[in-house]
Parts: sequence; structure tokens; C-alpha cells
Amino acid sequence: MSLIDVENLTLQFRTDEGLITAVEDVSFSLAPGEVMGLVGESGSGKSVTAKALMKLNAANAVYDPATRITLHLDSGPVDVMSLKRPRDMEIVRGGAVSMIFQEPMASFAPAMTIGSQMVEQLLIHTDLSKRAARDLSIEMLDRVGISDAASRFNQYAFELSGGMRQRAMIAMALSTRPKLLIADEPTTALDVTIQAQVIDLMKDLVAEFGMGIIFITHDLGVVAQTADKVAVMYLGRMVEQGPVREVIRNPRHPYTRGLIDALPQLDDLDKPLMPVPGDIPSPLERPEGCVFHTRCTRIIGDICRTTVPGWADTGPDHRTACHLCHQDTAA
Amino acid sequence: MTEELLIETRDLTVGFPVGGRLFNKKTLKAVDGISIGIPRGSFFGVVGESGSGKTTLGRALLNAVPITGGHATYDDGEVRYDLATLSGGELKDYRKRAQLIFQDPYAALSPRMTVRDIIAEPLEVMGLTASREETDARVREIAAKCRLNLEHLRRFPHAFSGGQRQRISIARALVSGPRFVVADESVAALDVSIQADILNLLKNLQSELGLTYMFISHDLSVVAHSCDHVAVMYLGRIVESAPTRKLFAAPRHPYTKALFSAIPSLDPDDRDRAQKLEGEIPSPTNQPPGCKFHTRCPHATDLCKTREPVLQTEGGHAVACHRWQELL
Repeated sequence: MSLIDVENLTLQFRTDEGLITAVEDVSFSLAPGEVMGLVGESGSGKSVTAKALMKLNAANAVYDPATRITLHLDSGPVDVMSLKRPRDMEIVRGGAVSMIFQEPMASFAPAMTIGSQMVEQLLIHTDLSKRAARDLSIEMLDRVGISDAASRFNQYAFELSGGMRQRAMIAMALSTRPKLLIADEPTTALDVTIQAQVIDLMKDLVAEFGMGIIFITHDLGVVAQTADKVAVMYLGRMVEQGPVREVIRNPRHPYTRGLIDALPQLDDLDKPLMPVPGDIPSPLERPEGCVFHTRCTRIIGDICRTTVPGWADTGPDHRTACHLCHQDTAA
Repeated sequence: MTEELLIETRDLTVGFPVGGRLFNKKTLKAVDGISIGIPRGSFFGVVGESGSGKTTLGRALLNAVPITGGHATYDDGEVRYDLATLSGGELKDYRKRAQLIFQDPYAALSPRMTVRDIIAEPLEVMGLTASREETDARVREIAAKCRLNLEHLRRFPHAFSGGQRQRISIARALVSGPRFVVADESVAALDVSIQADILNLLKNLQSELGLTYMFISHDLSVVAHSCDHVAVMYLGRIVESAPTRKLFAAPRHPYTKALFSAIPSLDPDDRDRAQKLEGEIPSPTNQPPGCKFHTRCPHATDLCKTREPVLQTEGGHAVACHRWQELL
């Protein structure tokens, strides 16, 4: 059985300039222990999608009534959209669902020690005593590779290096033993050497704790190293999803292909870098038809400009929302 | 034939006073005895982790932080400046010849100025144009080269995507007609889809305008595709320096090798964890004795812990490591 099912997630923000569509008709499922890479450039709606799972989007967010988000816990299914009171929402905000943010400096409170923040959330989400929470926090800091954990426990975020802070963030997110971990660009702000360490750490922790992970990133290399499956988003829509090997070796959507071609490869220095042409349109100027048609190099006709493409089956568990693929399947 | 150097440094050192009391101030050496030569018209890459001193080196060459030791000269064929003692009119002139492109295009542009005013500001501050018409003409010219149109010039930065903002920053850096441009992590904050576009733009502008770049980055794969020479820095020192092809074909320093293996492979079946670097770069106020990399080096010996290796050049490929030959 799946851990979380997201169906028809559509979300708009009410702004002075009108309703802005951030996410449109996104559906996916994640099994326990599975790692899904959620890929796309800035403005693709990947962070908004992830925050929706915790109902963490700003107050001006308007969810479409057809949106269904169901979390399957041992105690039974939880309908996330129906959670209203803060007390009830704790289950998806640090209880069964936990989040690691991109910028750990901005996510820790600067005037509280690392330890007091870790203990605070444990007291909210578990029945542990203060002393037990403290012991567990130090154990978790040690587990993520922070040396001298007991003294780090009493330090402030600014006293730790970037890599150390991200480790502390991971320790904090995992100490409540969440079933689902959302990692929003957890390595983007880090050096490559530290990124490699954090990726290794996360792989070990998945093996040990068995939680499902949604790993948000714009780096397909990071996805290839961590994920079991991949979902690619563009301008609020999911355009391709499938097993990681399938999507990376056999990308079917022109956008996914573009993201892969844009990556500088070390084994062929003579290969020119191929950017995805053009810029992502402003969400105020969402294109009609396929959202990607303004930058697509493989437009097959007016259908791309007028009609939103549906899903085409493009391999085992692999589907792509592109008219080109429908044409291929029909032929 | 020797190449003509635009920038040449000898034992360049940049120190900052930290802590301590009045008479025993400690010095933090962010850049420690660096000797490099940047040929005219080259795309010179500097690689290293946060804290390696790469940004400080770039700033020192722009005369944005004081040089506290050694020599640095700039020679573009028209003028020759000693960067350690530059002042007055010469410094003013140097500002227009040497420019910086910043990392974060969201932080580098004033939200209250139109794109036209942002690009025009250097011209006005340096007094390079005689009239508004001339300023406008220069702005339009450089904007067009950076693929910005007239409509863009009237808008404010918030209306632009990351890639467009970085093109605005580039136009501003180039409007004074510099010869030397320091690009400090100029694609690090961008999406991969846009990164390639900005790198290609920098390349095109280089041949069109005859620029020499110092390209600072922590990402070896980006450097590999853009630069013709790469210097690898660690704790204020250069540990390896070579033409890009040589460096990538056969890296000599264990640190460079570790940087390579840290790049996430696009092959989902290649998830090995060999050669991963343990630990973090030490604090520059508390530097290890001997080879500065020995605390993280898997090959360190007693010699490495006590004596610092000097940078030795062999076949145009310089490396500072006691053991590089045995480790080949």
C-alpha cells in the first residue's frame, strides 16, 4: 500500500494581480521506503507541491475542491485537506511528515540553541520526557555524523558550518521518526564535497529508518544518485514521471531531455552546452495548451498551442504528458 | 613563445586582522602566497570549497580588498599597474578596466531602479559619458549584446527570471568596457537549464569584446566546460594548476581527485562511494601544520603532517603534493 496519494492537486495564490496558478492537476503516489526525486527549475511549483502535503503554503493559497491528499498511517488514513485546527495539523507538520529546508541558516531560530529547538519539537510530537528528548537529540546528532554531539547540542546555528547545520537539520527532522520526509533542495547550498557526504548520509538513513522521501532538486545528478523514481515538473504541471533509470536514460518529454542535455558532462568536454532555450514564463502569463510549448524545440503543430496534453504510457511505470508521445503511440 | 599576461601575481597574500589584543593582533591569511599568471584573452578558472580563499583572491585582483603582501600587476598593453599600490587616478582608471559579476542576481540588482538605470549607473559614477544620449546609446549597445531588448530596459528587476537577471548583471559589469572580468560563482545560483545559457553567453562576449575572465566556481563540471586553465585552491593556497585538458585527463592532487569524485554521476547505477572526502575544510584562523590538506587526505604520511609541499611544475602542470608521483 502506498504511503501517500496525491490526486488532482491544484493550487492557486490570490494576489493583487489576480489568481496565480502555482500547481495544476498534479497526481502521484509514494510507497513506504521509496525515494522520489521531484525535479524542475525555479517556478516549476515543486516546493509549493511539497508544502501542500504539510498544508504549509501561505494563507492566500486556494486549493481546488477536487484536490485529494491521503496519508496512510498505521492508525488509518488521514485526509490532509480536511485538517483545519493547528492541533490536528501537527500530524503532517513534524509528526508523521517532516521537512528539511534548503537554507539551514534561515530555518533554525538564531536565538535558540540547536538543542533547545530539537527538544521543543520532540516535546510537541512525542510523549518523551524532557530528559529523554535531550538524550534522543544528542543521539541523533551523533548519528548524522556530528562529532562531540553533546557540546554541539548547546551551540547556536551560527556557530556551525553549513554542512554541519544541514546535518543538524536532518537529525532534527528524523528524531520524531517521520513516515515521510520532504527534503527541499537539501544540498543546493552546500559545497560538492559536503553535498556528497549529505547524500551518503541520507541514503544510509533511508536504509535504516525506511521512511519515504520526496527529494526536491533541480540537479538530475543528485536525483540519479538518490532516487528510485522521478517526477519532472514545469510551470506547475507534472510533465513526466517514472523509474529513475527509465527517465534518465530514456527521457521522453522534450523538457526532461533539455534538462539532461544542459548538464555539463565531464566525460565529453567537447560537447557544447545545450541550454533549454528561452526563459520560464511568468506565472502571470501561463501559456495556453502545453505549458512548455513556448520553449519547446519539437512542436508538432497547433495542438501543442491549444490543447493540454494528457498522459501517454511511455514504458514500464513511465508516463509522459506530451503530444509527441501520443503521436508515437498511435503510429 | 611566452603568452602575454594580463594579470601576474607573485606570492600574493591577503590577510585580515582578527581578534587578539592591540599588540598581538592575529592575522587570518585568506590568500597565502599565490603566484599565478592569467594570459590575455583566457578563461581562467579558480576552483575550491567555501573558505578556500577563491573569492578573496578575485577581490584582491580587483583591488576591492587590500593586498597585504607580495606583488600583483595588471598589463593590458595600454597601461601597466601595480595592484598593491594603486591609488588616485590610476585606481579610477583600473575600476573601468576590471569588473565583477556577482553570484546572486536576486541580491545584486536594486529593486528600485529600472534595468536601464542599473546598467547606466557605472557610466554615470565613473563619468564615462558626456550626455544622456551617449549613456543611452552605450546602455542599448551592451544590453543588445546580452540579449536584452528595449522593452526590458524600462522594467524593474522583479519582472525578470534568474537567467534574465544574470544577463542584466553581466551588462552592467561590461558597460564600462572592461578588459578583465572576475565572475564569482556567476552561475551557481541558476537552474541548470539557464546555467548553460549564461556560460555560452560569457564565451560569446569574450571573443566579441576581447575579455579575459577569472571564473570562480566550486563546480568542476562547469569549470571543465568553460575554462582553458584551472587553478585549484585549498585554504588560501593553490594546490594544483594546469590547462583544463591536462587537469581533467590526469588530476594529480588528492584534493582535486576528491572534488572530481564528489560530482554526482548522472548514471543511477554508478552509486559508489569511493574517494569521498571526509570532514570539512579547517578554519583559516587555525590552520594545520605541514600540508594544509593532510587532515582530510587519505594518503597523508608523517612528512605531510610536518612539511608543507611546494608547488612544482612539470610539463605545464603544477601540483603541491609530496606524494603525487606515487599516487598516479
